Amino acid sequence: MNKLQIITKGIVKENPTFVLLLGMCPTLATTTSAINGMSMGLATMAVLILSNITISAIARFIPDKVRIPSYIVVIATFVTLLQLAMQAYVPDIYETLGLFIPLIVVNCIILGRAEAFANKNGVVDSALDGVGIGLGFTLALTLLGLVRELLGSGSLFGWQLIPSQYNILAFVLAPGAFIVLAYLMVLFRKVTAKK
Amino acid sequence: MEYFFIIISAIFVNNILLSQFLGVCPFLGVSSKLDTAVGMSGAVCFVITLATVVTFLLNKLLLLFEITYLQTIVFILVIAALVQMVEIVLKKISPSLYSALGIFLPLITTNCAVLGVALNVVTKEFSFFGGQPHLFNLGEATVYAFATSLGYGLAMILFAGLREHLSLNKVPASFKGVPIALLTAGLLALAFMGFSGMVY
Repeated sequence: MNKLQIITKGIVKENPTFVLLLGMCPTLATTTSAINGMSMGLATMAVLILSNITISAIARFIPDKVRIPSYIVVIATFVTLLQLAMQAYVPDIYETLGLFIPLIVVNCIILGRAEAFANKNGVVDSALDGVGIGLGFTLALTLLGLVRELLGSGSLFGWQLIPSQYNILAFVLAPGAFIVLAYLMVLFRKVTAKK
Repeated sequence: MEYFFIIISAIFVNNILLSQFLGVCPFLGVSSKLDTAVGMSGAVCFVITLATVVTFLLNKLLLLFEITYLQTIVFILVIAALVQMVEIVLKKISPSLYSALGIFLPLITTNCAVLGVALNVVTKEFSFFGGQPHLFNLGEATVYAFATSLGYGLAMILFAGLREHLSLNKVPASFKGVPIALLTAGLLALAFMGFSGMVY
């Protein structure tokens, strides 16, 4: 597998949201607007790349029995760093995403990639895998946020397009998350099946 | 009376699955059969309550040493250790319950509902029915955690029942599996939104 394929497979063939169905909680909870979805995706991607690099570098020295707890400690360390950095530099986004920043620790995508890819491959490949899967996740979250924001609050990235009396509030609330994700998943299946 | 509001709010109004989106992975993963859903809800209920009590007390220690930024790391390690311990104890004391819960027990570590509730009760200020917003004390935290996990079980079992019926129906090919389940969950969430007018 060449380097480019490692990146592109994370976006289409192994898209974490639409194909692997991992990390559903932040996907549903933080996509009330396109900006929120994108920030969550980027935050997860940052942790994923860093933890993939670290775990692929130290995997040889970790006894097999304690590998899961060790991975969790590595991931939790990076999440804490990210949490402090976001609190300092982007306090608004940190405030909106709230609980879901510390919850990146238990996002199954990150532990899943550590287990399925990073502990078997080199540092460079693992970093690229992190970029690919991270991009796939970010794109999916942004798309979901885009649709929900447009239908629910009538705007795109904060630009008001549809007057507020035509907005369907349910789309920014909980039911909309499930329903929009379901239809996007169906669309994704249709498009990729044709290829 | 306040405990009553906490319970109603945690089970129905702010249902952890359908309005807070915590623990959705196992919700979609193990809800295709009713008995596995019941087993999973039982295990989650037990671990959430226990983990919240332990992390709540531990947080006092973190506050004492002013190292609250370590919350995430400490909590996840405690939860992982706790799940392991529950597993060992259950194996010894009640092998029948242990084998009934089976694979679900170790999986609970990565269920974000557990860490989510543990972090929520120590950081968020709650107010019920016009009361002053305040941080929970130990009693309220325990009741909240237990009621939340009951809400988790309720949503899970309802959803599993729906999915069992769904599997008997004809579904368009591209909707098969997860998409139709998500649509069902969306309708269930819509139904639960009706509770939001009750207590705030």
